[in-house]
Amino acid sequence: MQNRRLPSGGGIDRGRPLAFRFNGKEYTGLSGDTLASALLANNVRLTARSFKYHRPRGIVGSGPEEPATLVELEGRRASANQAATTVRLADGMSARSVNCWPSPGLDMGAVNQLFAGLIPAGFYYKTFKWPSWHLYEPMIRKAAGLAGAPEAPPLDGHFEAVHAHADVLVVGAGPAGLMAALVAGRAGCRVFLADERAEAGGSLLDRRLEIAGKPALDWVADSVAELKSMPNVTHLLQDASVWAYREHNCLMVNERSPANSNVLERNWRVRAGQVILATGAFERGLVFPENDRPGVMLASAAQAYVNRFAVMPGERAVFFANNDSAYGVVADFRASGIEVAAIVDSRDVVPDFARKLAGDVPIRAGSVVIGVRGKRAVRGVTVAERGGHGTEKIYCDLLLHSGGWNPTVHLFSQSRGNLRYDESLATFVPDEAAQACVSVGGAAGKLSLASALRTGAEAAAKATGTEMPNLPAVVEESYSIAPLWQVDARGAKGKAFLDIQNDVTVDDVHLALLEGYDNVEHVKRYTTGGMGFDQGKTGNINIIGAIALQKGVPLQDVGTTTFRPPYTPVSFGAIGGIREENVVLPYRHTPVTRWNLDRGAFMYEAGARWRRPGYFPRDGETFQETVNRECRAVREGVGVYDGSPLGKFELKGRDVGRFLDHIYTNLMSTLKAGQCRYGLMLTEDGLILDDGVAMRLGEHRWLVSTSTAHADTVHGHMEELLQTQFPEWNVYVTPVTSQWNNATVCGPKARELMAALGTDIDLSPKGLPFMSFADGHVAGLPARVVRVSFTGELSFELNVAPRHMRDLWERIMEAGEPFGIEPVGSEASHVLRVEKGFLSLGHEVDGTVDAHDLGMSWIMSKKKRDYVGKRSVELRRRGNAIRRELVGLLPVDPNDQIPEGAPLTPGGERCPTEGLVTACVWSVVLDRWVALALLENGLSRHSETVHARLKNATIAADVMEPVFHDPEGLRMRS
Amino acid sequence: MMLIPCPFCGHRNESEFTYGGPVKPDRPDPNATSDEDWVEYLTTVPNPFGPVQERWWHARGCGTWLTIWRDTRTHDIVEGPSDAE
Repeated sequence: MQNRRLPSGGGIDRGRPLAFRFNGKEYTGLSGDTLASALLANNVRLTARSFKYHRPRGIVGSGPEEPATLVELEGRRASANQAATTVRLADGMSARSVNCWPSPGLDMGAVNQLFAGLIPAGFYYKTFKWPSWHLYEPMIRKAAGLAGAPEAPPLDGHFEAVHAHADVLVVGAGPAGLMAALVAGRAGCRVFLADERAEAGGSLLDRRLEIAGKPALDWVADSVAELKSMPNVTHLLQDASVWAYREHNCLMVNERSPANSNVLERNWRVRAGQVILATGAFERGLVFPENDRPGVMLASAAQAYVNRFAVMPGERAVFFANNDSAYGVVADFRASGIEVAAIVDSRDVVPDFARKLAGDVPIRAGSVVIGVRGKRAVRGVTVAERGGHGTEKIYCDLLLHSGGWNPTVHLFSQSRGNLRYDESLATFVPDEAAQACVSVGGAAGKLSLASALRTGAEAAAKATGTEMPNLPAVVEESYSIAPLWQVDARGAKGKAFLDIQNDVTVDDVHLALLEGYDNVEHVKRYTTGGMGFDQGKTGNINIIGAIALQKGVPLQDVGTTTFRPPYTPVSFGAIGGIREENVVLPYRHTPVTRWNLDRGAFMYEAGARWRRPGYFPRDGETFQETVNRECRAVREGVGVYDGSPLGKFELKGRDVGRFLDHIYTNLMSTLKAGQCRYGLMLTEDGLILDDGVAMRLGEHRWLVSTSTAHADTVHGHMEELLQTQFPEWNVYVTPVTSQWNNATVCGPKARELMAALGTDIDLSPKGLPFMSFADGHVAGLPARVVRVSFTGELSFELNVAPRHMRDLWERIMEAGEPFGIEPVGSEASHVLRVEKGFLSLGHEVDGTVDAHDLGMSWIMSKKKRDYVGKRSVELRRRGNAIRRELVGLLPVDPNDQIPEGAPLTPGGERCPTEGLVTACVWSVVLDRWVALALLENGLSRHSETVHARLKNATIAADVMEPVFHDPEGLRMRS
Repeated sequence: MMLIPCPFCGHRNESEFTYGGPVKPDRPDPNATSDEDWVEYLTTVPNPFGPVQERWWHARGCGTWLTIWRDTRTHDIVEGPSDAE
């Protein structure tokens, strides 16, 4: 029953009722309602419990400033911690209050109110510190009770992130914003307009004003129609909050209800030439005892409910104000036939125009509200003169208060603009801008309609270099205020809240000051005042006022806390956009990926977004049997793997030789065309950057290969050196990773397989020796055959163009069948390289290891005077610190597997480690577990026994050289 | 997100670039430098409260390594130390 709906008026659609649930009960609202207005229409007054004391709370505001009523949306559009005032009502919506269990009416946490005196500001910091806050944190977080995150991602759509550019970005579609957009649009600029409400109009939606002799909303409709007709006005977004103002005029806009129903929310990153901030102003409350009771509401919010939603927020209202704006609300109440019992004005003198608006409503000037009766709903107020004399009780069910207006300076402040305290408005207004932005209308403290239209037009005219247009005629309003930072009349007892969301009272701020937290930022953190979902939109200035009053300094000297993004809460989905899973960061694949998947390969991520087959399981096999089968094929017959993801760069130019000498530790320039050489790259601080093979294709043409994961890093490294240190060197780097694919056939039968494939290249050991290459044909396809080996077996790396890769692969598998060929995954490759003691970046190489530790001193050229990292390695080794050196380990029990990463300690005792196991595999050649390890002074400790220390056991292992198979390397050279 | 001027592509979003760090002094000849000076070169990075010269790689663009002056207080990209506020 919408028994509080006014019979006429409002911007709601009375022909479209919407059913919704709130805390388990069924209600009906109307299209155009917010959840808050629908609840008020149904006379639901108790809508929430507070965060700390679990005090009963109602609806306080009408927009994003709402501090009290947070709800959790349930069902398909599940979302946590939404202000009921910004949730657009939808059919079938289900919501429940946060902070209370089982319901706001019967809340178990309400017991906290009994101990309220025991939990002042800083209570948690002082109490829950022994032995550690972390012991108490989970329980307290649960008791605090804000909604949890939804358990699953939304089902019926996705999020999107989009970039846009604008000459002029106008934030807010109230009178100032619309006027600015019109002027900028007419000047032909690209205009982007974003407004946080469901419809354009801003404060005009909530008030009964006229523009050019007609209802103001007619002017709004005409303006929107004109903007829509201009092609250069590229975006007119409603229900879209500008939530961040970043560097170089980049602003974030969260569009919550895009036209495309598949898009849940859209996040815009707008780069604007000029920003016009027409973000309006928020009303702040007054600070008096029990100012948080359900039925105590901001005057402007009540005005919105009456005019916009045709909802009567109460039947008999009392107003409490220190400024003129509340009198306009009184007039609207009277026009709607809602009883106003009295106006309590803290000022001694009330302007005549305000008295006219009040009509016959009694005005108690120079008076304040010193108490509110009723716990779950307002039943009356106690009024007294400012000093405390002459108390009077007035019956009412609604108390509407106004403590003045705060320009919405959040975005201006985020842009690093300065704020200044304005005495006449008793609030902070924008001062000097730091970026190309200007505040207009309420956001600049220009609170009247006339000044909003004027400043909006002026800003746009200036930005576009056009003439000031004629402005539509409106009635001039005046505004005055006498600040009242808190009611301290004698007899005023009870909690006076500064921040309703975080339950911060005047006493809490006084306590913080008393305990030495006298900077406004410290007060905020100690009391939590101004934190949370509303970020203190109604309370912050009152907190500053309370500090100023207590310290006896001007508000300007207290200053504001820093405004940070987001201006209003933004869902993580909107920030992430469509960058979920593989959409924007897709996996890279080779022409053989499909074949691998068809073959049943278990795919691994191999770095740099490559996916490679880990192993090719067969029915009935264990994982180990699969890997063993693939390894045996390579050791005993022939195997093949797809080496395409390895990074490849072609280097051309006269100076490539000396450039490679500079970036590799060993000498490259002496290489002859047709030959390859394994090389190691260091960073300037002497750590291992990458390893790979360089091939000389011709006098001035080389091909450098890198590990899969480090291709981009090496590319950046080479370009940085060439562009910043050696700009005069003649070297051109071209990434060709995707231009060359390769299939590597390896194993003792590899040469027989090559013969079966058919080739015009002489592959005899003399014709194509180890570490050389030749161009020709293989299986009828143009190919470069390279003799390198990562497995320790005879290998031919067949490099072909990607368009030939799949063909080549299938011909290899076909020709290899008689030899029992197996495709080899990265698991088997790992076993094969461990058996040979070949290093793997990320296993044996971390941020401490150098080439000498790996037994590779031979690769650190002594002939070269200089190369990247040389000096640093020498410097570090001169310290004679104990080094961890690469060794092989044979577990004493051949069936003992040592977990990778296991620490080695002397005797397996509980004491500092002397190394760690970097890899441990089942060797198919030795038929036992073998491991590689980094061990202190390992090079000189061969044949010692060391111990891996596990949680519940130790494993003894014998130290040996880090090679378990063919130590002379005869097989790969064969 | 900053707007970074690339000498070839014009002003582009920061997300197209990879940060290359503040510009260090020229690499000294490692064979004619004391240990102290070498360590100083390696490990001491300019970190002023104000304009700093730094390198960015237009990795997701033209590939240029470029040098700009950025004011660390404001993210303003300035001509040089004298151009800052």
